[in-house]
Amino acid sequence: MQHMVKAIVLGLVVLAAAIATNFARDLAYQVHAVIILLLAGYLFIREVGKIGNKPVPVETGYMDGVVRAGVIATVFWGITGFLVGVWIAFELAFPALNLSEWTGPYLNFGRLRPLHTSAVIFAFGGNALIATSFYVVQRTNATRLFGGNLAWFVFWGYQLFIVLAATGYVLGQTQSKEYAEPEWYIDLWLTVVWVSYLVVFMGTLYKRKEPHIYVANWFYLSFILTIAMLHIVNNMAIPVSLFGSKSVALFSGVQDAMTQWWYGHNAVGFFLTSGFLGMMYYFIPKQAGRPVYSYKLSIVHFWALIFLYIWAGPHHLHYTALPDWAQTLGMVMSIILWMPSWGGMINGLMTLSGAWDKLRTDPVLRILVISVAFYGMSTFEGPMMSIKAVNSLSHFTDWTIGHVHSGALGWNGMITFGAIYFLVPKLWNRTGLYSMKLVNYHFWLATIGIVLYASSMWVSGIMEGLMWREVDSQGFLVNAFSDTVVAKYSLLVIRGVGGLFFLTGSLIMAYNVRMTIKGVGDATPKPAASTVPAE
Amino acid sequence: MAKTPEKKDPETTGHSWNGIEEFNNPLPRWWLITLYLTIIWAIGYMIAYPAIPLINGATPGLLGYSSRGEVAADIEAVNTQNAPLIERINELELAAIAGDELVGGEADGFAYNGGKAVFATFCSQCHGAGANGAVGYPSLIDDDWLWGGSMEDIYTTINHGIRHEADLDTRLSDMPAFGEFLTDEEIAGLVQYVGALSEINGAEKTEEGEILFLDNCAACHADDGTGDRFVGAPNLTDAIWLYGSDPATLEETITFARFGEMPAWAGRLSEAQVRQAAVYIHSLGGGE
Repeated sequence: MQHMVKAIVLGLVVLAAAIATNFARDLAYQVHAVIILLLAGYLFIREVGKIGNKPVPVETGYMDGVVRAGVIATVFWGITGFLVGVWIAFELAFPALNLSEWTGPYLNFGRLRPLHTSAVIFAFGGNALIATSFYVVQRTNATRLFGGNLAWFVFWGYQLFIVLAATGYVLGQTQSKEYAEPEWYIDLWLTVVWVSYLVVFMGTLYKRKEPHIYVANWFYLSFILTIAMLHIVNNMAIPVSLFGSKSVALFSGVQDAMTQWWYGHNAVGFFLTSGFLGMMYYFIPKQAGRPVYSYKLSIVHFWALIFLYIWAGPHHLHYTALPDWAQTLGMVMSIILWMPSWGGMINGLMTLSGAWDKLRTDPVLRILVISVAFYGMSTFEGPMMSIKAVNSLSHFTDWTIGHVHSGALGWNGMITFGAIYFLVPKLWNRTGLYSMKLVNYHFWLATIGIVLYASSMWVSGIMEGLMWREVDSQGFLVNAFSDTVVAKYSLLVIRGVGGLFFLTGSLIMAYNVRMTIKGVGDATPKPAASTVPAE
Repeated sequence: MAKTPEKKDPETTGHSWNGIEEFNNPLPRWWLITLYLTIIWAIGYMIAYPAIPLINGATPGLLGYSSRGEVAADIEAVNTQNAPLIERINELELAAIAGDELVGGEADGFAYNGGKAVFATFCSQCHGAGANGAVGYPSLIDDDWLWGGSMEDIYTTINHGIRHEADLDTRLSDMPAFGEFLTDEEIAGLVQYVGALSEINGAEKTEEGEILFLDNCAACHADDGTGDRFVGAPNLTDAIWLYGSDPATLEETITFARFGEMPAWAGRLSEAQVRQAAVYIHSLGGGE
C-alpha cells in the first residue's frame, strides 16, 4: 500500500517534470526539470517493483547508515568546494583561467564563485552538520533517530538541493543574493527538506532517554530553527513564470539589503558558528576524554550568543543608505558579541586543562584544538571589523575574504576534519584510523595553507583600503582602481598557493578515510559492534 | 588558569551523556568583566550616536552625528579650500590654464592633479591607468588623434563624447558597413590596398586597389589615406591602428565598420573637472 502511494506520487512528479521540461523558458530550468524527471522516473520504477513486497522489519539501535553516508558526502563536497576555490583564486591572479574563449561563460569567476561558496558552506558544512547532528543527537539522548526513513529523505533531499543549486550557478541562474543565490523552486525544495530535518531532530529530542538535553543539542537546534526562519524570509520572491527560473524579490532597495544581510550574517552566526559549536561540544570532550570546562559558561554564552547574533547584520551595511541608528545597533551588538563568542572557545580550550599532554600524541585532538584557536581569532577579528572606523578601511577589500577564510578553513574546516577522523573508525567499526601519520600531514598542510591565505589577504586588504582612500594635499584621489589590482597580484598568487596546501591536505584525508573504511593498516575491523543505545 | 593534572578536579554537574560530563566551574572572572565593559561601552555609544528607532526617525544621539552629515562636511571643507582655484580654472582661456601661476604646472599643479584624479576615476577603465589605451580604446599618449589633440578638441571630446546620442553636440561619424554593397573580391582588394598604404603587411599598391579606395574610402580618409579629423576618419598611413592591421581585422573593419562609443561627461563632471582632465590629457605627450 505504502509503495503504491509512493509510486503514484512519483508518477505525478514525473508527469509534472515532463511538462516543465517542455515549457521551460530558460536553460537552467530545463536542465533541472530533466534532472527531476530522470530521478523521479528511477524512483518510480523502483517503487513499482516493490509493490506487493512484505513490509521490511523495523530496525532498532542507532541509525548510523545515514551518518556514514553524510560523512562520505562531507568529504566529497569538501574536496569539490576546495578545488573550485583554488581554481577561482587563480582565476583572479590569471584571468586567462576563466577559459571564456573555449567554454564561454560557464567557468567564469562570476558563476564559479557562488559554486565555491555554496559547495563549501552548504554542501561541505551542511553535510557535516547534518551527519554529526544525527550522530550526536542519538548518542547524547540514548535513542534512535525519530521518523524512520525521514532522515534518509533529509540526506538525499539535501544532496538534490546541492546538485540543483550547483548546476544552476554554472548555467547562469542566480537571484543575486549572496549565499542565497538559488532560485525560487530550489528554495521551496530546501524548505521542505529543512522542515523534515527539524522534525527528525526535534522528534529525537522528544523521545530522549536522558533527563536533560546536552548542550551540543541546544546549539544544533538553534542552528536548525534559525536557518529555517532566515531561509524563508530572505528568499521571499514571486516567480515571473511557473516555467522559468526568474523571480522578483519581495523587498526592494535598502529593505532588501537589510534582509539580505540579516540573513547573510546569521548564516555565519547560526550555520557556521552555532551549528559547529554543537560539533565542538561533543567531539572535543570525547576526543580529550575530559569533562566540559564549565556548564555555567555554556548556558550563559549560548543564550547571549543567540540573542546577540541576530542583531549584528547591519554591520555589513556601514556607510550605506541604511539609517544611522541601524548601523549603530549592528555595530554595538557585534562588539558585545565578542565575549559570548569567546565563551565557546574558553569551554573548548579549557576542557583540555589536565590533558594538554595529549596534544603531543594525538593529531586528531590537535586538529580540533587549532580549530577552536582559529574560532577565537576570527570571532575577535569580526567584532573589530564591525567598528565603523575599521570597517571604512576594510569593507570591500580582501581583508574580508581573509577574515571569512580564517573562519571557514580554520574553524569550520578543521573542526569538521577532526569530527570525521573521530567518526570514521567508530561508524565502520574499525580499531583506529588507517594512518595517524597522514592525519599529522593533513594538520600541517591545512595550517600552513590557512596562514598563507589569511596573512596574504590581510596585507592585500589593508593595502587596497589604504590605496583606495589615498588623497593628495589638494584632496584628489591618487590611485585608479586598476592600480590596486596590479598592486595585489603577488598576494593573490600566495593566496592561491595557500588554498592549494589546504586542498592537498583534504585529499590526504580522503585517502586516509578510504583506507580506514576498507580496513587496511591499523584500521582492522572490530568484531563487536556497539550500535545499541546505552541506556 | 594553569592547572596541573595533580590538582584535584572541580565538581561536575553529576550527569553523563554518552560519557561526557560537565564541570561546575564558575564563569571566568575576566570574561565576565570584559562582557560587562562591552555592554557599558555599547550603552555609552548608543547615547552618543543615533541608535533607538522611534515612530518618525530615531534618537539623534548627543553628538548630533550623521554619516551623511559627515561626508557633506568633508566635501564642503575641500570645496571651500579649493573654491578660488576652481574659479580661476573656469575663468581662464583653455590654452592658458597649464601655464597659469595659480593652477598651472605639473606634479603640484592644481589643474594637472585634478585632471589626473578625474582620469584615474572615470577614464582609466577604458583608456588604461597609464592612458596607453587598448584594442578599440585609443591611446592618449601618442600624437595620433582621431578628433584632434588641441586643448579645445580634447575639451570638446570629453564634454560631448563620441557617438553618444543623448548629447546633441556629440562627435558623430558613421563609416558604412561595406559588406552590404561590396563584393568579397572588392573587400579583399581594399584590405590589400589599405595594408599597402601603411606599408606594414609588405603589400604593394595596385591600380585596382587604388580605384576601389578612391571610389569608396577617400571621401573621408582622403585621397592619400591620411584621414580627416573633421569627421573622425583615422589616418591609414601610419603604424597606429585602433582595432588592428592584420588582414583578418581589416576585413572585419571594412565589412562591418566600427562604432566605438565614448560617453559625454558634461553634466556628470563639473566644468572645472572637464577642464582639468583636458589639461592632464593634453600634457601626456601628444597634446597639440
